Amino acid sequence: MYSIPFEHGLILAASLFALGLIGVLTRRNVVFVLMSLEIMLNACGLAFVVVSARWQHADGQIMFLMILTLAAAEVAVGLGLIIQMFRRFKTVDLNVLSQMKG
Amino acid sequence: MLDLIWLLPGFPLAGFLILALTGGRLPKNIVAIVGAGSVGLAFLVAVLASIEVLNSSDGHLSRTLWTWMAAGDFQADFSFYLDGLTVVMILVISGVGFLIHLYSTGFMIEDPSYSRFFAYMNLFVASMLILVLADNLVLLYLGWEGVGLCSYLLIGFWYENPANGYAARKAFVVTRVGDTSMAIGLFLLFSQLGTLNIQDLMVNAEQQWQVGSGVAVAAALLLLGGAVGKSAQLPLQTWLPDAMAGPTPISALIHAATMVTAGVYLIARTHILFELAPDVQALVAWVGLITLLMAGFTALTQHDIKRILAYSTISQIGYMFLGLGVGAWSASIFHLMTHAFFKALLFLAAGTVILSLHHEHNIFKMGGMRKHLPFAFWSFIIGSAALTALPFTSGYFSKDEILLAALESGGSGTILWLGGVIGAFFTAVYSFRLVFVVFFGECHHPAKEKTGFSMAAPLVILAILALVGGFIHIPVDAVFAHGEAVHEEHHVSILVHGLMIAVPIIGVIVSYLFFYSKTFSADKLAGSGIGASLHKFWFNHWGMDRLYDTLFVIPYMFLARINRKDLIDQFFGLIVWASRVSSSLAVKTQTGQIRWYAASVVAGVIVLLAIGALL
Repeated sequence: MYSIPFEHGLILAASLFALGLIGVLTRRNVVFVLMSLEIMLNACGLAFVVVSARWQHADGQIMFLMILTLAAAEVAVGLGLIIQMFRRFKTVDLNVLSQMKG
Repeated sequence: MLDLIWLLPGFPLAGFLILALTGGRLPKNIVAIVGAGSVGLAFLVAVLASIEVLNSSDGHLSRTLWTWMAAGDFQADFSFYLDGLTVVMILVISGVGFLIHLYSTGFMIEDPSYSRFFAYMNLFVASMLILVLADNLVLLYLGWEGVGLCSYLLIGFWYENPANGYAARKAFVVTRVGDTSMAIGLFLLFSQLGTLNIQDLMVNAEQQWQVGSGVAVAAALLLLGGAVGKSAQLPLQTWLPDAMAGPTPISALIHAATMVTAGVYLIARTHILFELAPDVQALVAWVGLITLLMAGFTALTQHDIKRILAYSTISQIGYMFLGLGVGAWSASIFHLMTHAFFKALLFLAAGTVILSLHHEHNIFKMGGMRKHLPFAFWSFIIGSAALTALPFTSGYFSKDEILLAALESGGSGTILWLGGVIGAFFTAVYSFRLVFVVFFGECHHPAKEKTGFSMAAPLVILAILALVGGFIHIPVDAVFAHGEAVHEEHHVSILVHGLMIAVPIIGVIVSYLFFYSKTFSADKLAGSGIGASLHKFWFNHWGMDRLYDTLFVIPYMFLARINRKDLIDQFFGLIVWASRVSSSLAVKTQTGQIRWYAASVVAGVIVLLAIGALL
């Protein structure tokens, strides 16, 4: 069976993680920030899957299932927070939420 | 009975606790019962204990209640020691104390802080009893400081007036000078002799120290420092006249009858130390003599009735010191007792006058009170007669013994005797000046005597004691048995006796000529050149207050002013400054922007990874 080299998978995961991180750090729209977070989570999941395929080990795949459920839960909470934010501030601009500065 | 000796300070202490913890919510008659009753019960215990002590085979008994503190070789017990000297002291304290408490129930009846007053008074009596009962110097020091605290609280009793608070602080600070000296004395005694139990201490000192050795002199001097502070002797006497800011019963109890004589008690209790340091003992006599003369002259010029009595107290304690200095220990304690009777009587009578005249203190605004206040008048006559040492009053016997002992002590004894006799002359002049000015002459204020039973009874009892107290034989001979120049029979010429009887009488006559018949004018004497400056000098008590102001208070205030920014505080200010700067730096990182937090987490991870990779 032809297989993708292990390193390629990891590079893809790292690139996705970096892209997600850039999105979290630069985006102003909170919905996009949440999406970028999802990308980062999935990058981690991909890395687990790749590694588990490399060593023929099932643990990584189980971990991915956990990340999947975690992501689902996190999105539910995150969207709820975003709705609350929109109700209170009438905006989804993340920069508005800076009341907690020292 | 002696197993119940703890009840003696225990009753007043319980009274204090009840009054302090109920915080003035008790009705006044209950407060009076608790306040005076607790001291009355203490007096009963004192009487019973005294009988047992005096009937015991060796004349002294002791009881240890519990170990107060023990550290290494050092142990201080809560233990009481009773001998003849203690018996005299506890009877005077609880007896005179009870009479003054009884008087106070009437005197203070209109005061809103009635309960607080009795709480302090009871605490005072408890502390004073602990002081005289103490078996070791540490416990004595506890009582010593306790009475100092109560003195402070009661001088400043009417604290709404800042002047009273100032007087209280002055008394506290000045006596603290003496107390510090005494504390150092205790350290010295413990380090040299390894115990602070008074009886062991005396035995050890006698065995280990040579007469006149340096360490004995130092110890005696340090204890003398404590004694002059508490007993208002030169050079620490300046607090007592100001202490008259307190209510009059306080002046009677604390600043005449009991607390101020604690110094006399201390020296008498540790008399063996003073015998080992004859120079210091001579110093005690000279301190007493100089103080009694200075205070006597000052009393002559005052016009505040209580200040006259205060200076007279300083002067009489001077006599006691004179007696201690010439080794007439029992005569001094005798004078302590008779002085407690007649000076408490005088103060309480003065309180009656002051109360009847709506808190008027100036004797020249009184006058003619003989008809309005007959009760106070007779009390004053008897008290002044005893103070003046007119024949067969109590003061006559005690003062006579001190002066004769001084005369027979040899050396400079004749000078001490002469000084004492001159002092006695001026005592007569100033006491009867007070009587003539206040009770004779024309009446300025019509006054009505306000003496109920509670105020009259103590006056009567004290008046009787002041008259016949001289016939009491105090059982202290066994205490001072060794070394004392016991002169039951004084071998002096009839001339000396005659002189000592005549001098006070001449004083009274002089006083009569000046202040009653006005044959001579005191105003004219005080108005002329040298007389005026002398009058002013004496009136300000020989400039003592001004001297201390210039020497200590003003330089201290100056230092305080230039050090207002507090140099040492600057260093600690640096720590505050550093933490404030670092805090403001940390605050800057808290932008509230979530992306910055995320970025800092990433940066941290990168740094950690880099460190991991490099290692």
